[in-house]
Amino acid sequence: MKNIEFRTATSAQGGLVVMAGVPGVAAGSRVQLRDHAGRIRSGLVIRSADDAVLVEVFEGTDALDLERTWVRFLDEPFRLPLSRDIMGRVFNGAGLPRDGRPPVISADRRDVNGEPLNPAARAYPREFIQTGISAIDGMNSLTRGQKLPIFSGGGLPHNRVAAQIVRQAKLLGEEAAEFVVVFAAFGASHSDARFFQESFEESGVLNKVVMFLNLADEPVIERLLTPRAALTAAEYLAFDLDHHVLVVMTDMTAYAEALREVAVLRGDVPARKGYPGYLYSDLAEIYERAGRIKNRRGSITMIPVLSMPSDDITHPIPDLTGYITEGQIVLGRELANQGVYPPVTVLPSLSRLMKDGVGKNFTREDHPHVASQLFASYAKALEVRGLAAIIGAEELSDADRRTLEFADAFERRFIGQGEDEDRSIHETLNLAWELLSMLPAESLIRVSEEELAKYHRGAA
Amino acid sequence: MGKILEINGPLVKLDLPQTVLGEQVRVGRMGLVGEVIGRDGDTALAQLYEDTAGLRPGEVAEGLGWPLSVELGPGLLGAIFDGVQRPLKAVWEQSGDRIARGVAVPSLPRDKAWHFVPDPRRPAGSVLAGGDVLGTVQETESILHRILTPPLIHGELLELAPEGDYTLDEAIGRVRLADGRIEKLHLFHRWPVRTPRPFRQRDHAVAPLITGQRILDTFYPLLKGGKAAIPGPFGAGKTMLQQQIARWCNAEIVIYVGCGERGNELTDVLEFMPELKDPHTGRPLMERTLLVANTSNMPVVAREASIYVGITLAEYFRDQGYDVVMVADSTSRWAEALREVAGRLGQMPVEEGYPAYLGSRLAAFYERAGRVETFAGDHGSVTLIGAVSPPGGDFSEPVTSHTKEIIQTFWALSKELADARHYPAVDWLESFSGYVKSAAKWWAQEVDPNWESARAEALDLLAASEELQRIVNLVGVEALSSEQRWTLEAAGLIKEGLLQQSATDEVDSFASPEKQYALLAALLDIYRHGMKLVKLGAPARRLIQLPLLAQARRWKSQHKSEDIAELKARIAAIPDSFDPLIQEYTASPSTLREATP
Ligand SMILES: Nc1ncnc2c1ncn2[C@@H]1O[C@H](COP(=O)(O)OP(=O)(O)OP(=O)(O)O)[C@@H](O)[C@H]1O
Ligand SMILES: [Mg+2]
Repeated sequence: MKNIEFRTATSAQGGLVVMAGVPGVAAGSRVQLRDHAGRIRSGLVIRSADDAVLVEVFEGTDALDLERTWVRFLDEPFRLPLSRDIMGRVFNGAGLPRDGRPPVISADRRDVNGEPLNPAARAYPREFIQTGISAIDGMNSLTRGQKLPIFSGGGLPHNRVAAQIVRQAKLLGEEAAEFVVVFAAFGASHSDARFFQESFEESGVLNKVVMFLNLADEPVIERLLTPRAALTAAEYLAFDLDHHVLVVMTDMTAYAEALREVAVLRGDVPARKGYPGYLYSDLAEIYERAGRIKNRRGSITMIPVLSMPSDDITHPIPDLTGYITEGQIVLGRELANQGVYPPVTVLPSLSRLMKDGVGKNFTREDHPHVASQLFASYAKALEVRGLAAIIGAEELSDADRRTLEFADAFERRFIGQGEDEDRSIHETLNLAWELLSMLPAESLIRVSEEELAKYHRGAA
Repeated sequence: MGKILEINGPLVKLDLPQTVLGEQVRVGRMGLVGEVIGRDGDTALAQLYEDTAGLRPGEVAEGLGWPLSVELGPGLLGAIFDGVQRPLKAVWEQSGDRIARGVAVPSLPRDKAWHFVPDPRRPAGSVLAGGDVLGTVQETESILHRILTPPLIHGELLELAPEGDYTLDEAIGRVRLADGRIEKLHLFHRWPVRTPRPFRQRDHAVAPLITGQRILDTFYPLLKGGKAAIPGPFGAGKTMLQQQIARWCNAEIVIYVGCGERGNELTDVLEFMPELKDPHTGRPLMERTLLVANTSNMPVVAREASIYVGITLAEYFRDQGYDVVMVADSTSRWAEALREVAGRLGQMPVEEGYPAYLGSRLAAFYERAGRVETFAGDHGSVTLIGAVSPPGGDFSEPVTSHTKEIIQTFWALSKELADARHYPAVDWLESFSGYVKSAAKWWAQEVDPNWESARAEALDLLAASEELQRIVNLVGVEALSSEQRWTLEAAGLIKEGLLQQSATDEVDSFASPEKQYALLAALLDIYRHGMKLVKLGAPARRLIQLPLLAQARRWKSQHKSEDIAELKARIAAIPDSFDPLIQEYTASPSTLREATP
């Protein structure tokens, strides 16, 4: 069947082609279309019956002349050829080179959809990754094998934050700086892609990066393949070659919009805001590919970047993402407008795996309590700030005024830091205590009395 | 034999006459399994539990003749199954890190022999009815597995095996049915998951399920055999709360169903359960626990089934006379799976894409909770606790609102509390329990006769402080009277010293009923002493400075449940902290006048 070309397309619209009279085609099989100009496009069988086969075309169906379209069914799923040589390469969303170098040749070609990891085979992520960013390390720390997205909005510096994480991420201890990076961009602008490329180049990691780029002006439908191709490469690097892999993907919103576009064409029933009911499961297929596996040395740590439409965290894309990932780092416009970089809004941010990756045997014994105290004190301080806005700062008690000072200092000095500033976890925690010392010791009940005695500077 | 006509995602159209709805089918060269969800003439529509990529029209299909069923017998405890009861550890050994398609592994191990002790009340020739105990197998040190007669069997016991070691494939008895057929009995039997297992009669739930979580046990109690829901936006703490319940509750069997959630959360449970000890029996928790896992990246169709697999396993242990708790995380993912199936069948969506029968399916599922008298004359219960994950955290969405109508205990999680890291983020105003009266009897008998009034007093205090907080937010705290400020302060004390409970703090993670009540009574005592002083004219400002208030906030994590003598001593000393002030304000009536605004 692989070698027969069919010319039986009966309709083509919005990336979907219907083929008649091709019996026995395997569901999910890859398809090659040759158009009148001799250009090859690729696609997938998404529905198969003897009388009609529905094909999704990655490069789209623009300018497709049904009479002069030849279709071959390759009889296998979409596969990515893998070898050590992928390192340092740049591919398109479908895994073809876009760096002008020859294609990767390998007998090891893997189905990009992967297969679900057996939960019994997983190893729980526990090792602390130091990103050098206090708002993350101190309060929402990342562990190896975690999936921790950055929730952002148009115009916010999510790319810079992601690049800073990639530059600075390291494990504490012997295995330091062993990360390789898989970078996937879908629906990204050329300037975003260039920004990352340059940033990798500057930090000299380019030969440890594999890129998969599907840019904003490239076929929408290929976008559905891009994260899957990237993760297939990441799995190979992590679980075959024992690397610790950091996967940065941007922008998940563009991905979900592509999925919606295709779903509408397929006629799937919409759930919320026109997104198909299976958006959750589809996103989970991507995000759940992060993690660690028992008896394997490597790991996949995932940092997807996602812009929240109208800064709305309850929009289906961030909402469903938050329900799948192990926390989220939320960037906020208010802090950004005040010139705070990185503008991490700490209260809605969360790292679920932090509780198992920090503290005595991982970072420092006071870390969990300090983080909890910072959250509590800052939440309290924001209440006071809200009150001050109503009744006027003059009306506040001394204690409340001190609380306000704490909030300001916390935002400027703890959350805020330089784009090249790489703080060790000890520096972060010491800074936290310096700031907490602005508050009276009696008000700090999330830290223990011993910790107070050891670290609080008693200025109260 | 039939054949495949069309493949469309997880749905396959089959030319397969004479199948019935719900029947299991095996499809294609890979032997993928699924179930029939629609019939039209000779064609059957089936949804497969596994990914359909690679299937072709024309490949074979066969009906298996039975509905989705589970195997019930020794070997369940400590295991982790997928949504259609495939044992994931055995699957791992067979197919590697990733779940390959078409793997067929029996749910319960066939090579292991179990030591069976027959029940002396079952001589040959006696009448045997469904649910009768045939004998026992000591499955784990803490759990005696009662081998039950399959529910629909009724007849004359011809033979029961003597004490000895038997595998699941070996017969342990024979019974002659009413129609003369002879049926073999085994250590296990099968039961279709969508049919509730029968029992003699329903019983009243009487005892509270003690979870060791103060806001649950003390404020919004659940009974053994009751039904509860935990709704909350992402990250609010549903999973943590369910894991806490799975760890610490005083049920005898815990079934943890991960339905469309994260793989790592199950790994977490698999890793911590064997290391932790049951606070009630001292045995490793894994001995009483079993897991059903259909994680979010596993096929959606099996997700819909996983909830039923879980509840059937729960009923099976209930029928042995055990108190079983099943936590389901998350019922929303189950409902979404239902929605997907309905959508593919072209059924009319009514709200947010959900089919009209969402409410009745949910109700029928929760109806399987309850305390019962078993056929064997024992009492057993299934307590159901379902997490709900409302889109955007909006409780008015269909799954949350239907669930709210069905359950009796509602533990509503709030994003605001979670954001401020007030855990468990159970909202004390939104939550409710319909079991307070029944629970009160138990608390009065077992812990303290004043439990109910103390609980009510604390809740009133919290409600009052909410009102006051509104005023403060408008005009500032200075506008409050001393009495009001003290009320606000005392409510803060209750929130931080009692309601907040850290799952990660070794001491605080579990609180016995005695400790829960001691703390509650202590904090109320502080409140009352303070109020007395305020009435004497002491300004709230002075009270708020008492070191006792900061100290009391730490008591919960300083005193273990097993050792509350010291806590009680501290409580007895509460009046001492107030004494100097009392003296001051009873001595000089002039201050009284001065302090009254
Ligand atoms: N009782 C608790 N004690 C300490 N920390 C808690 C508690 N409950 C929740 N947390 C913190 O909140 C995080 C999120 O909790 P959890 O994973 O249970 O949320 P969830 O409601 O299940 O979210 P999702 O719907 O996305 O699954 C935890 O990882 C933990 O850090
Ligand atoms: Mg959860």
